[in-house]
Amino acid sequence: MNAQLLAAEATEVGNPAVNIGIFALFVAVTLVIVFRASKNNRTAADYYAGGRSFTGPQNGTAIAGDYLSAASFLGIAGAIAVNGYDGFMYSIGFLVAWLVALLLVAELLRNTGKFTMADVLSFRLKQRPVRMAAALATLAVVFFYLLAQMAGAGGLVALLLGISSSAGQSLVVVVVGALMILYVLVGGMKGTTWVQIIKAVLLIAGAAVMTVWVLATFGFNMSEVIQGAVDRFGEGGEALIEPGKQYGATATSKLNFLSLGLALVLGTAGLPHVLMRFYTVPTAKEARRSVVWAIWLIGIFYLFTLVLGYGAGALVGADQILAAPGGVNSAAPLLAFALGGEILLGIIAAVAFATILAVVAGLTITAAATFAHDIYASVIKHGEVNPDGEVRVARLTVVVIGVLAIIGGIFAQGQNIAFLVALAFAVAASANLPTILYSLFWKRFNTTGALWSIYGGLISCIVLIALSPVVSGKVDPVTGASQSMIKNTSVDFAVFPLENPGIVSIPLAFLLGWIGTHVGKKDASPEKFAEMEVRSLTGAGSEKATVQH
Amino acid sequence: MSELAHPPDAETDYERVQRSPEFQALRRRFRAFVFPMTGLFLVWYLLYVLLAAYATDFMSTRVWGNITVGLLFGLGQFVSTFVITMLYARWANTHQDPIADELRQRIEGRDL
Repeated sequence: MNAQLLAAEATEVGNPAVNIGIFALFVAVTLVIVFRASKNNRTAADYYAGGRSFTGPQNGTAIAGDYLSAASFLGIAGAIAVNGYDGFMYSIGFLVAWLVALLLVAELLRNTGKFTMADVLSFRLKQRPVRMAAALATLAVVFFYLLAQMAGAGGLVALLLGISSSAGQSLVVVVVGALMILYVLVGGMKGTTWVQIIKAVLLIAGAAVMTVWVLATFGFNMSEVIQGAVDRFGEGGEALIEPGKQYGATATSKLNFLSLGLALVLGTAGLPHVLMRFYTVPTAKEARRSVVWAIWLIGIFYLFTLVLGYGAGALVGADQILAAPGGVNSAAPLLAFALGGEILLGIIAAVAFATILAVVAGLTITAAATFAHDIYASVIKHGEVNPDGEVRVARLTVVVIGVLAIIGGIFAQGQNIAFLVALAFAVAASANLPTILYSLFWKRFNTTGALWSIYGGLISCIVLIALSPVVSGKVDPVTGASQSMIKNTSVDFAVFPLENPGIVSIPLAFLLGWIGTHVGKKDASPEKFAEMEVRSLTGAGSEKATVQH
Repeated sequence: MSELAHPPDAETDYERVQRSPEFQALRRRFRAFVFPMTGLFLVWYLLYVLLAAYATDFMSTRVWGNITVGLLFGLGQFVSTFVITMLYARWANTHQDPIADELRQRIEGRDL
């Protein structure tokens, strides 16, 4: 088949006016809610943590809204449609990871911290160096995650609005970025949370409708859905139901799969924008309820994506998905069009945009809180800054991050978003998780251990990514085209063979934390450790809600 | 703050609570629950990942139609996650929260 022709056909999928109309409706409704929610945004706790007055179920839904990013919806459905079983692995890792957050992190963090991850890490260690390190790690994770979302926005636009020129796509990225800045600037954490709740409900409902529709098409028989995908794929379609289509070729690619699996399961509990959500509820008990709600919503949604992925393989076809302007990421929208024509496509497209908007807003407020609360107020001003001044800096940061996200989004187009998110998870699992666990559970842990672990994890992750086939030297054996970020195939400095650094950088960061603690000076005062331990398990002295509903 | 009520070298409220048998028991029960549970689900997950990477023939065995062992294994991860979530939530609600609340009031009651 002629890929060019398919691409041209796919560009005309749906009616751009319908897509834009439904999306505009979403923006209008959420803007009204954000403006209403912003009325009591007075203190720093209001702006960063929504006054800590959300209920567990509300926050759990918002967590699902924050977590089910474009990578989950578009990336996983596409990965299953094209690579079959190996795509399913992403959703399993993304889900099981929540148990780490539920059992080891959520409640203890809520009880100990105030606004950011660094609050907990620096609780009983030297404030300034640890805060600085934790803030830099936070910003690095947010950066990779933001790139993924913005890349998703660009690809989606190409498909849905029929805009294939890069100038047109860039314009839409600018619009998405500007809207996000408005939400976060005006609404703070409260507005962001409501946008995420609305989006989660829309996304899960939309996926549910499509799932039932796909199953109904195949007589509610999952085996038949899979058979449809196998038949549609043609020669070699059987590989879709077996593990190893994407990762099974060589010993290196299998190791890559392990590395990815490790990064996914250990990354979630180190994602700063997820951790920050635990501060929006009044107590640790509500934080626990949030995670329980989030796990159910996220788990059920991933079960939907399994059906949607194979359904897209069956009803759209892997070759047509790959040839569409958004590539792998276009599987879900194309499936919507195949099922319900331009109206369903319009709704799903609007949901996907809303997804990107909501996740980007959550990331932005996290980055802003980190910069204003940790770097500006604590490190630069030594804590001598009034809360109003801190929030003003946070709002300014929102604008800066928004602009950076827009620029990044314009450059990141065409990258697979599930994969970019996997990199963010690797950084979170390496730089953040070891220090979080050590500082919550290990009495002897000290500043040297924290700094070695955070910087060791962060630097090893970034260096290994830079030296990996992701950045240079990966060439498609058939077409000879580059599959790396650097498109010049003669440039090749990929000395590290794995695309995901987790299997090296995560154990390294744990090890460095342990060695650093034994090498460094003891600095944890017993009364500070007692305070942290008692506080983490009982909630005594924890930050209270500022607003009562 | 509570620390001001004591001379600098005296124990803080937090240290006193930390030393109390109730808190020690709370902490021991918490760790005795979450650490083995974490080990369990991590091993179960790694088993799945390793089988998917290295035992592809086994995972590709058809159980019924196109439903393979691998697919059932994957769905089993969903089931185990849901089960552990509910077990933990119920356990923490009934066994830990009342004691944690009591200890919190010991400290905060004095603060107010």
